[in-house]
Amino acid sequence: MTQSRRRFLASAAATGTLVASGSAAIAAGGFVDLPMTNGRRPLAKFPQKRELIVQSTRPPILETPFNVFDGSELTPNDAFYVRWHLAGVPDTVDLGTFRLNVGGLVTMPLTFTVDQLRRDFPATEVVAVNQCSGNSRGFFAPRVAGGEWANGGMGNARWRGVRLKDLLTKAGVGANAKQVRFTGLDHGILPATPQFMKALDINFATNPDIIVAYDMNGAPLPLLNGFPVRLIVPGWFATYWVKMLANIEVIDHVDDNFWMKTAYRIPDTPGNTVTPDQTGYPTIPINTLRVRSFVTNFADGDKLPAGVQTVRGIAFDSGRGIKTVELSSDGGATWMPAILGRDLGPYSFRKWQIAWTPPGAGPYTLACRATTNSGETQTNVPVWNPSGYLRSNIETYKVTV
Amino acid sequence: MRAPIAGIALAVGLAAAGLLSLRAHAASNPQVVTIKLPATTVDFKPGPNVATAQTNCLICHGADYVYNQPALSRTQWTAEVNKMRNAYKATIADGDVDKIVDYLMSANGKT
Repeated sequence: MTQSRRRFLASAAATGTLVASGSAAIAAGGFVDLPMTNGRRPLAKFPQKRELIVQSTRPPILETPFNVFDGSELTPNDAFYVRWHLAGVPDTVDLGTFRLNVGGLVTMPLTFTVDQLRRDFPATEVVAVNQCSGNSRGFFAPRVAGGEWANGGMGNARWRGVRLKDLLTKAGVGANAKQVRFTGLDHGILPATPQFMKALDINFATNPDIIVAYDMNGAPLPLLNGFPVRLIVPGWFATYWVKMLANIEVIDHVDDNFWMKTAYRIPDTPGNTVTPDQTGYPTIPINTLRVRSFVTNFADGDKLPAGVQTVRGIAFDSGRGIKTVELSSDGGATWMPAILGRDLGPYSFRKWQIAWTPPGAGPYTLACRATTNSGETQTNVPVWNPSGYLRSNIETYKVTV
Repeated sequence: MRAPIAGIALAVGLAAAGLLSLRAHAASNPQVVTIKLPATTVDFKPGPNVATAQTNCLICHGADYVYNQPALSRTQWTAEVNKMRNAYKATIADGDVDKIVDYLMSANGKT
């Protein structure tokens, strides 16, 4: 420990300040090759984070290494992926001065400290998957521009906070309310860059599952995941889960800000898919998650020993709940039912596993397929749209025994 | 590209003694969280008009965002530069658009 650091710690102890983490750096030569062209990425520890895949340093965009998903259904906070749009991410948040404002078309505009949120409203919890709209974008064919994720632009956590509905009820929603718009503390570097804002229809915003979360897996959120409070919209893509949420504004129109009107839109076509040369189709704001499943203990290209194998994985959807997960060892010709793990609620990762005995040495193409309680199932046809959203086709893993 | 990222410090301040009495949770929850984000370690490689690219692009984002893209065509890079101007309001002069696209094609272009 250096002299100055020792002095700082001594002084910190005297004033009630705690240094929770020291310095970190990219390990010499530390990188990962994601299975895509231009897929080499450094690994680094960002504040409050373990070593993650660096998609962008500024703004910070960090991907969760996929083997993390072979652990608990709940993604640890320090492994949870990070995605900011604008480089103006506040590097300090003081709960003494932070306020959450509820305003716009309301009877009584309100302002809350985080302590007031904790103290004055019933706490509620939901386990829910947070997945970037563009998760797996790097696997689009043909490729599209954007954050070039592999499959780790997602995570699952137990979120605790207050119902958005309770805040809106306390403020009193005006009769002409159409949508509720959410803004965080982040901002662009240039004053003219549109601030990140998202909006939900008023009828959906009062859904009791939507919460303003102050805890994530039993601890305050990491700053890079939105400390001190973040909007949780279970079953919907993460773009709506506004981080460092500071303003909730009831509006009397369909929001036309850039992040709703222009960005984060999907083709309003069957399957929300188009061909690369297609133009002139209508678009709608991206919305609910599509059902997905993954193998978590094998990767494409693995060599497996002979004998019985336990194949493990996860599945999730937008909240109907997972009914079945099936595994194929012949590229999808035949399917075997997997055993589902514990149920942490309809918005959560659901673990699954199956014992598979390869009939002999040689190459196999494993595939997994999830089906929801509402009958939505994965197919082997990849979606394509120019922004690289909604990837959810059946995953395959070529392995050799 | 893999040079060490500059030091990261994380300081978490606890509530002053008076605030700690509000609720039991406050004793373990931070009142001030401060982080120090690592500096970008990736810079634009030499190429035509690299200074123009540095001046205009790196105001708002790191160079790694360019290199992590798949190789894009001239049409695609032009669309990206125009998106930065029109959507994100980057103050790129008319005459600099083609210069920046030339640079991006040299850095990560598909011909």
